[in-house]
Amino acid sequence: MPDTTRAPADREITFAQAIREALAEEMRRDSTVFILGEDVAEAGTPFKVLAGLLEEFGKERVLDTPISEAGFTGLAVGAAMTGMRPVVDIMFGDFVTLTMDQMVNQAAKVHYMSGGKWRVPMVMRTTMGATRRSAAQHSQSLHAWFCHVPGLKVVLPSTPYDAKGLLKAAIRDENPVVFFEDKMMYKLKGPVPAEDYTVPLGVADVKRVGEDITLIATSSMVQVALGAAALLEEIGISAEVVDPRTMWPLDEKTLIDSAKKTSRVIVLDEGYERYGVTAELASVVATGAFYDLDAPVKRMGAMHVPIPFSPPLEDATVPTEQTVFEAARTMCGK
Amino acid sequence: MTTAAQPNEISEKTDLLLHMYRRMVAIRQFEAQVNELYTRALMPGLAHLYIGEEAVAVGVCEALEQTDYITSTHRGHGHCLAKGASPDHMFAELLGKKAGYCKGKGGSMHIADPATGNLGANAIVCGSAGIATGAAFSARSLQNGRVAVCFFGEGALGQGVLYEVMNLAQLFKLPVIYVCENNLYSEYTHYSETTAGDILARATAFGLEAASVDGQDVRAVYAVAQRLVDRARRGDGPGFLVCNTYRYHGHHVGDINREYYRPKQEEQIWKTERDPIANFGKWLAEQKLADAASLDRVHSDLEAEMKKAVDFAVATPYPAVDEVGEDVYA
Ligand SMILES: Cc1ncc(C[n+]2csc(CCOP(=O)(O)OP(=O)(O)O)c2C)c(N)n1
Ligand SMILES: [Mg+2]
Repeated sequence: MPDTTRAPADREITFAQAIREALAEEMRRDSTVFILGEDVAEAGTPFKVLAGLLEEFGKERVLDTPISEAGFTGLAVGAAMTGMRPVVDIMFGDFVTLTMDQMVNQAAKVHYMSGGKWRVPMVMRTTMGATRRSAAQHSQSLHAWFCHVPGLKVVLPSTPYDAKGLLKAAIRDENPVVFFEDKMMYKLKGPVPAEDYTVPLGVADVKRVGEDITLIATSSMVQVALGAAALLEEIGISAEVVDPRTMWPLDEKTLIDSAKKTSRVIVLDEGYERYGVTAELASVVATGAFYDLDAPVKRMGAMHVPIPFSPPLEDATVPTEQTVFEAARTMCGK
Repeated sequence: MTTAAQPNEISEKTDLLLHMYRRMVAIRQFEAQVNELYTRALMPGLAHLYIGEEAVAVGVCEALEQTDYITSTHRGHGHCLAKGASPDHMFAELLGKKAGYCKGKGGSMHIADPATGNLGANAIVCGSAGIATGAAFSARSLQNGRVAVCFFGEGALGQGVLYEVMNLAQLFKLPVIYVCENNLYSEYTHYSETTAGDILARATAFGLEAASVDGQDVRAVYAVAQRLVDRARRGDGPGFLVCNTYRYHGHHVGDINREYYRPKQEEQIWKTERDPIANFGKWLAEQKLADAASLDRVHSDLEAEMKKAVDFAVATPYPAVDEVGEDVYA
């Protein structure tokens, strides 16, 4: 799979368009790829991410399902085992709770329990992210749940470029992959080459080169980290922003190398901070770069509260450019 | 929609009937050895014996092609054997050996075998309803003419996902048959305490072709399974089959003293009056399709075969410890 991470692109498209292109290209390339989920066909999802796919691929490959997350996810597991490549759409990341037995006890286990005989090449696409004023059941970032389960891969793209390349790689992968899209990012624009490319799972990307502090950030937090880095630059602090891109497989080396170089690390993720992915990432760098660190690794994630509706309350639950800027400044002693 | 099975519907080919007899005896002899392995403390963990229910797996699987799919349950040895798995690799799996169907990683409750279309046994009650439905979805999409059968105990009727996938199967007209093995108990609870209303009505509500059958009569099971399989294969949609049956042993091999939930008398009646193998043997003899001596020989032959398979499994090595990290990802 060619990784054309650095390939020049002469056009810009949105994150949502990148997702749609990845799906369309993979569906053209491989007739076993199909989409199923709620309101995916005529509606193209409430976020319009899949708009136009029904017209090109028809009802047999873009299937509207009943509101039965467990049922159609289970169907996808069986279809994946027997020759198809399903891409399941779970409208809001909060609804993955309904699919947990299918993902955790079935999809993740089939390959191992069968001694490697059956495979489950499926993708579950879902969303994450707060600050849309959607309250506690439409705002969670539950990716850590899946990271905890051997047998699953977990992808968190942060740019249109990564979203397209990672989704194509996920669809071609032989394992169940859970792909989280930040709802707030669907309209984000970025350079994406027109030609076919994939971004391999398990390769981190340095989104900004810096010297004084490393901000390891996932998904929505990459933009926050880049914003904070710009503020830090104004006061003479050079921040490096590293995006692991996939939680598992995890590119530990790139994270550790950056930590060794800058000697200070903040880990940012929109999932709950307690027992969240920040804990794992912090542990990786704290262990791997122990002798080079000048400060304890700091974690910043969602507050340990259900996401509230009221705007000032909701905004207080997730890291922002300003809170990250302050934390980095303190860590650097400025 | 609901149809009683007509045993006479079967075109009664002697070979097939004797083959079904053999398969049922094979399951019983296999399970007898499993119990023995447990009693002799040679088997790690527990196992759920299929003894008493043999006619269900055999009757249904005989209606399938080798390439058709099945999913199975914690009480799954009978399904595996009925679909054509070989006892030596099954015993090896039960003992956690490298030569087992899953390299020892699955054990009694997870035997899977692509060669016989066995998508795997599942230790989550109702855990494979989605998988079987998905296999049927593939069959329809790839137009390979295959059918999927989902075996489950009546305990699975309590799981919501079953109704989600039956709805999906009917909407998508999938070639899948849901086979409910009603052995009257889920663990230590009688099904009447957990099951409201009419079981068949749950399936007919979604428009599935539904039937119930005496699960102790292999000819009846075969006949009705064949009808449901044929129509599913033709593209006429999913089916639902309740097989009324009974497990002779406890919920698992260690469930010995069980009078607190199941009277001995009840067990005795099923064993003496409704045994699927004895009654089928009697019928074969009456029809002059086999004599008593040749039927006895089936039992002794298979007992010897199972003992040999056990010897193989006992002697074959465990996996190397460093295999523990293999097969997590494909
Ligand atoms: C989801 C889930 N809940 C509970 C259990 C524990 N359990 C294992 S077998 C069983 C009873 C199953 O009864 P039934 O489906 O009728 O199958 P049978 O054992 O009678 O063949 C239970 C409750 C389980 N394995 N999975
Ligand atoms: Mg039961």
